[in-house]
Amino acid sequence: MIPELGHFALALAVAIAAAQAVLPIVGARANDPRLMAAAPALALGQMIAMLASYGCLIWSAVVNDFSVVDVAENSSSAEPLFYRITGTWGNHDGSILLWCLILSLCGGAVALFGRGLPSALRARVIGVLGIVSAGFLLFTLTASNPFARLWPPPIQGAAINPLLQDPGLAIHPPILYAGYVGFSIPFAFAVAALLEGRVDAAWGRWVRPWTLAAWCFLTCGIALGSWWAYYELGWGGYWFWDPVENASLLPWLTGTALLHCAIVVEKRETLKTWSVLLAIATFSLSLTGTFMVRSGILNSVHSFAVAPTQGVFILGLLALTIGGSLALFAFRAPAMAATGVFAPISREGALVLNNVLLCSVCAVVFTGTAYPLLAALFHSDLSVGPPYFHLTVVPLLVPLFLAMSVGPVLPWKRADLLPALLRLWWAGAIAALIGIAAEAGLHRAFASAGFAAAAWLILGAFAELVERIRLFRIPLANSWARLVAQPLSVWGAAIAHAGMGVTVAGIAGMSLAASTVVAARPGQTIHFGGYDWKLVGLHQVPGPDYTAQVADLRISRDGALVALVHPSLHTFPQQHQTVTDTAIQTNVLRDLYVALGGEQDGQVVLRLHVNTMAPFVWLGALVMAAGGALSLVDRRLRVGAPAKRGAVGVPA
Amino acid sequence: MDATTRRRLLMAAPLGIAAVGSGLFWTLLARMQQGTYDPHALKSMLIGKPLPTFSLPGQPPSAGFANTDVTAGKLPALVNFFASWCVPCIEESPTLMALQAKGVPIWGIAYKDSVAATTRFLNTRGNPYLRVARDADGRTAINFGLYGVPETYVVDRTGIVRLRYAGGLSEDSVRNTLAPLLAKLA
Amino acid sequence: MTRALAALGLLLVLAATPAFAVSNPSEMLANPVLEKRAEAIGMQLRCLVCQNESIEQSDATLAAQLRGIVRRRVLAGWSDRRIIDWMVARYGNFVRLKPPFDPMTYVLWGAPAIALAVGGAAVALARRRHPVGPDPLSPAEQRRLADLLK
Repeated sequence: MIPELGHFALALAVAIAAAQAVLPIVGARANDPRLMAAAPALALGQMIAMLASYGCLIWSAVVNDFSVVDVAENSSSAEPLFYRITGTWGNHDGSILLWCLILSLCGGAVALFGRGLPSALRARVIGVLGIVSAGFLLFTLTASNPFARLWPPPIQGAAINPLLQDPGLAIHPPILYAGYVGFSIPFAFAVAALLEGRVDAAWGRWVRPWTLAAWCFLTCGIALGSWWAYYELGWGGYWFWDPVENASLLPWLTGTALLHCAIVVEKRETLKTWSVLLAIATFSLSLTGTFMVRSGILNSVHSFAVAPTQGVFILGLLALTIGGSLALFAFRAPAMAATGVFAPISREGALVLNNVLLCSVCAVVFTGTAYPLLAALFHSDLSVGPPYFHLTVVPLLVPLFLAMSVGPVLPWKRADLLPALLRLWWAGAIAALIGIAAEAGLHRAFASAGFAAAAWLILGAFAELVERIRLFRIPLANSWARLVAQPLSVWGAAIAHAGMGVTVAGIAGMSLAASTVVAARPGQTIHFGGYDWKLVGLHQVPGPDYTAQVADLRISRDGALVALVHPSLHTFPQQHQTVTDTAIQTNVLRDLYVALGGEQDGQVVLRLHVNTMAPFVWLGALVMAAGGALSLVDRRLRVGAPAKRGAVGVPA
Repeated sequence: MDATTRRRLLMAAPLGIAAVGSGLFWTLLARMQQGTYDPHALKSMLIGKPLPTFSLPGQPPSAGFANTDVTAGKLPALVNFFASWCVPCIEESPTLMALQAKGVPIWGIAYKDSVAATTRFLNTRGNPYLRVARDADGRTAINFGLYGVPETYVVDRTGIVRLRYAGGLSEDSVRNTLAPLLAKLA
Repeated sequence: MTRALAALGLLLVLAATPAFAVSNPSEMLANPVLEKRAEAIGMQLRCLVCQNESIEQSDATLAAQLRGIVRRRVLAGWSDRRIIDWMVARYGNFVRLKPPFDPMTYVLWGAPAIALAVGGAAVALARRRHPVGPDPLSPAEQRRLADLLK
């Protein structure tokens, strides 16, 4: 009964989305206020139907209704409630339903928070979101229905993949999808602007907060995925240049470019067509990433060969969304005139450089990820792995990092480089000192350069603030008063840039990480990385649906106890899988990381890592997202606010 | 070219790039459907080359053999890597028996397996091999560029490897791939 | 189709060894300098039966065997280049995580330069349309102009 309700709600959502795709856009074209006014109601209706539908799926999983294929294949009553709920999106059909749910939430968000938008623009934005929703909902309903029934129902479900039984990974998809799908809003704004044939400062002002929100989610999603790989896979690495990881990085790069570009549109009314293109590209990359890599069309022929109709349906949708928007761009964009003018050396110029470099990184990562397929077209087999990405991406990051600190201190329109650099001399000097000191102590060029870059980024991030409060040039009390009065978005930008510096410091630190593999008997002590790792004992612990072999280690340094850690190896009999549960003891500056391996002849295999500054990698991402969130709460950026100001400042 | 045309072309460039990209991708998918492209098909470096040099001890009671023994015998011939612990090897054994019954010479190499386990495997599943050699440490397999077991290599009349088939042979694959090739080489 | 499935089945057989365990310490070379070199070579070689993993990171049997071969060759004094070439001769370029520089990969290795050139050209093209001239009218000036033209 409940699954049928969910199925019905899904069908209802398709119908509403179809109306949402047509009525508002027709209304905006005919300038019919009644049709345009239907837009928010339809978007909210679709959102409610989708919430109901997804609620039914969760309910089926909670009550262990194994007559639902999706529940039977991905859940079991032996699992804790939390994993039964998260199992609903731990599979193909459920995750696509989640994707659609978030898309409908985006539509609802525009309906709720976009009251200040001109009604024609709002109708078009919601209409475009409706078109995308309608397509993917129709796909879910016809080709990937998560409510399909199984008869007779099995007594027990097949249980979620043990690797997914992890709090970090369980909440990963919703956050990542919020980022991916969140970019549908800037996309819808871009297409709406093309339909209207107009982009103005107000457009940039409206697009920025939505982009920023999606960007924050995507940043957190990528960091969470990387953190999960670090502690769960047991290899001590945090980024593997895997196609799935690259797929999430691509929209992040163009999204970051869009974020900066929207500032220029808002402040200077230039780079408008480029912003529109970036918005389209970012969502296109999100779509490609989700549906080509995640649905496995790329890495397993299996899925495509078994269900060619499904594959063709998805590819058709992608072609329609991406091709349609780019075709519209080709027709409408030439008519959109740029107004703002700027010199190469200026804030705008720096942002253009930022865009060129970010998009180049994106192009390189895309090329590397897709190249094996391209080579296959020419009957050549090759692999593109981490060594390629390190060699090609790092050289592009160097100028990007250099410009990241210089850009914010340049004035708009026209600037001189020298005074700007002089304002940064202290940051440059400290960064250089740190680099030289690191090289003298470590003799590791990559790490030293990385630490210098990190210092440059973190100090440079606050250079604009230092400049704004005229530190040391006016009395400190006055500087303090200016500091407090700075808008939150200035703080947000500085913090986000500093966050990048923190991540760079983590990456530099991790290049110094050391690891070893040893076989040890209980009672044995291993000397490694300046620590004494004593294997105290081994014991078995039963879990809810697994048994764990746990090792107890006592880590000490010069006789003083540092930590007691308990890495374990979980064996899931139902799924015939073993999963390592690594033990990580951190003091933020370094992680002591132990992974337990199999047992042979009374000895267990231990993988020991001393991971220098590992937490900085993800802390930096969190700081970046926090900076973004801080900008988002700035009143000047708030979505409702621009209408009042926009009405004054922007001639129609 | 005037400024307007140039601008139009510039704005159409993204669409063009996307079109080219999807065209290439579509070609790939079409080839996948026709079966002319298979991302899991493991390409062998041996195709068009003679067998790598090897000389392996026999699995008693069979005598061992070397690459020169294969090329000196009846050609075209098959060289088949197998192991008692591999499930697809068990599944392909009826197919190999049928090939042997048709007079196709098959040289067997037991990959990383014990004498006892191989004997048991041959006794229960049947022995389609002309001779069975043992590659206990798997080094000869690496020289073949082996990914896993089972794998079957087709050697033509001049001693050149013409096909590597990764995975268990089935009636289907013999009918569609192996038999036509053997007929052509005969 | 059947062939793809068969190959998939084969991959499953080989990958069924616990993929998330820890490798065997007895494989490591006693000499830390040589071991580091062997690791560096291994990081450039693909575990052929896994997804996007180097042989150093994989626990598949084939990866373990290739790790052993790399270490034996390092001990025997082979150069990095020679070891990688030896692998390529058996498994093709597919085994290299760092693809070679040849006509097939010119575009791949040229990607950063091509991307920068295209970006630079686009910026130059866009700038040619409106070179830096006098600043446009400010909104206040535009209003005044509109008033005057009425």
